[in-house]
Amino acid sequence: MDRTLVGYVRALRAAGADASIAESIDAARAVAVVGYQDRQALKDALGVVLAKSEPEKAIHHRLFDQYFGLPDLPPPPPDQANAADRAAASDPSSPADAGQGADATPSPADAASAIGQLLALAAGGDGPGQATPLAAALARAAQAAGVDEIRFQTQIGVFTRRLLDQLGTAPLDERLRALLLDPATAGSAEVQAELHQLQAARERLRRAARAVVEQRFELYGRPATEAFMQDVVTHRALGRLSPPDMERMKRVVARMAKRLAVRHSRRRRIKLQGQLDFRRTLRSGAGQDSVPFKLHFKHRRRDKPRFVAICDVSGSVAAHVRFLLLFLYALHGTVADLRSFAFSNQLKDVGPMLENLPFDEAFAQVLREAGGGSTDYGQALVDLQDEHWDCIDRRTTVLILGDGRSNNADPRLDILAELADRAKRVLWLCPEPRGRWGSGDSCMLQYQPFCTQVSHCASAADLERAIDEALAAY
Amino acid sequence: MNRDLPTPPGFASIDAVTAALSGAGYIASRQVATALYLAHHLRKPVLIEGPAGVGKTELAVSAARALGYALIRLQCYEGLDDSRALYEWQYGKQLLYTQVLKEKIGQLIDQADSLPEAFARLTGFKDLFFSRDFLQPRPLLQAMEQAGGSVLLIDEVDKSEEAFEALLLEVLADYQITIPEIGTIRAQVPPLVILTSNNTRELGDAIKRRCLHLHIGFPEPAFEQQVLRARVPGIDEALLRQLVNFVQALRHENIRKPPSVAESLDWARTLLLLHAPSLDATLVNDTLNVLLKRESDIQAVLPRIELLTREALAPAPVGGAR
Repeated sequence: MDRTLVGYVRALRAAGADASIAESIDAARAVAVVGYQDRQALKDALGVVLAKSEPEKAIHHRLFDQYFGLPDLPPPPPDQANAADRAAASDPSSPADAGQGADATPSPADAASAIGQLLALAAGGDGPGQATPLAAALARAAQAAGVDEIRFQTQIGVFTRRLLDQLGTAPLDERLRALLLDPATAGSAEVQAELHQLQAARERLRRAARAVVEQRFELYGRPATEAFMQDVVTHRALGRLSPPDMERMKRVVARMAKRLAVRHSRRRRIKLQGQLDFRRTLRSGAGQDSVPFKLHFKHRRRDKPRFVAICDVSGSVAAHVRFLLLFLYALHGTVADLRSFAFSNQLKDVGPMLENLPFDEAFAQVLREAGGGSTDYGQALVDLQDEHWDCIDRRTTVLILGDGRSNNADPRLDILAELADRAKRVLWLCPEPRGRWGSGDSCMLQYQPFCTQVSHCASAADLERAIDEALAAY
Repeated sequence: MNRDLPTPPGFASIDAVTAALSGAGYIASRQVATALYLAHHLRKPVLIEGPAGVGKTELAVSAARALGYALIRLQCYEGLDDSRALYEWQYGKQLLYTQVLKEKIGQLIDQADSLPEAFARLTGFKDLFFSRDFLQPRPLLQAMEQAGGSVLLIDEVDKSEEAFEALLLEVLADYQITIPEIGTIRAQVPPLVILTSNNTRELGDAIKRRCLHLHIGFPEPAFEQQVLRARVPGIDEALLRQLVNFVQALRHENIRKPPSVAESLDWARTLLLLHAPSLDATLVNDTLNVLLKRESDIQAVLPRIELLTREALAPAPVGGAR
């Protein structure tokens, strides 16, 4: 498999389109069938083999032009590619050696020839899309300098420097320094001309190198940074999410919900019809002279998780509400049988909104309908009992999201006790740390004994763990 | 994996695929042709996703026609299981067989003098109970058994359950089916497998990894005109352009179920039947139910019909596309 293709698969992965090893092997086979000549066919073929969903197709579409548009990657036929490989292996060492030689014992001939090469490279032009000697040299040097490892924007300077070193600019720098520091040559017009020429070439090389590093950053670094930021956001306290974090959180939560779905979806397999279990029928018939007297049917138990989520959307949890609802929203796409309620002092069924509207609209509508009042957990429980009691049975997991701060109203522990009796499990996810439970108007400590599990959920990662455990109970 | 097979002329190159498909009445975009071409040469199934009515199923049907292969179709639905998709034992016949066996077994053992001899005869007796004679092949097994090559269409795979996907993996990866009682049945000629999905649920990674993935979306205006021209012969060019402009604009409206290629085909046929010379607001009003299948969508679009029709009639294609 050639390097060009491996690089492309890497770039795809960095951009978030996961391509497995099997798929990259397929890609190599596809390239062998389609060839590199027809760019459009190559793009279509790689899209079919490597990008397996609509978002991935979009990534591929953008990345393909970016990657194969690079000046240094004119798709070479295999034998030339090998030649380039060999060149890449030997090349970076020779100019670097020449550079060191110039440092230790100035060997004028070597240095002069190295400088001459660089000047020739710099003069060769570096127009984008052109396969110039400079582009090829930069590509080799980039390979040797490990520019593809770039992760953050702040590293661009460092990698540019490293790239230039690999290019072998040391003799050029040496010569420049010598010319600038030598007072004897200051007046000579000839030396000034050389100085100008060298400086211009140096600047040109630096710009070209920087352009390459920036391009690689766009390919490999930016997506990696984004992945890193998403990781940060997952573990950040929910109360402290900034608006850009929230945008990121949407993606994180969607992924989380999908992960949960994949992990737990097998459990709600439904067997609709009975099917004759022939072997069992025969075996049990053996006692009656193998007359199939009693028929046996294959059965699989119908087992599906049922969830009732009750979410506090009042002012006291304002900082968390957006996230909690976002999570409920994602969960609606995951769990088949989920009822969602939101309350501040009155309980509202918000399932239809979360299911049918885009998140931002659903969020606004939920707050309009259920938010705004002062919290009253007791009243919410009363409403639940009066209107929606029948959706809770012994298979139901009740998920309560809230801080348990009830403004000194009657917490109605009796209803929660009855609820705990009736449901399979009651999980309480509280955004407040354990130490604050029971302080002020918090009823957490009173509610706690009735719940199967009470967890402190400070971040998205906590929440995923709690839900995962809840689903695993089935 | 690669069995020696002559490549049918329709698969000699990407352009040949396009030509073969257009011969079967299917106008294929470059992506579609490339996907089919690769599917044949890499021996991989193609998973096609996209909105309803853009010609996913039609592609499989046309491919079968273009190649002269048999089309074997498996329609997926919730509750589909191995006995409907792979194979089933013919229980009735098996029951009868046990009855026959019971009568004959007496004769078989009668002549035996001792118990060991009777037992030896019994074990030497060929057991037909689980054999090919009692096997009822279902679509997947049928496709494996086609000697002349086949196109296997697994339609709307997203409608089935996750468990069914696992069932497909062996078929998709190795073109073989393992029947515990008999053994592994391998396809003589690997079928061209086409799976379609409307994306009502996300398919598992395992299945996606084994397939080539093709997304067919709503077509570009020029392409849609080409499809309509091929499918509705005799339609006036000017009307065709207006019609496509209108449908394209309609897809940008805020509606639940935007009209697909299937709908624009129906509409084109309707207009041809009505001998409509060109679009006008009343005509659109009367025939809108061909394009939009939801009452709420029709209500949402009604007030804007005048404007949309005017835009569609504008001669410059740029105005219509927006």
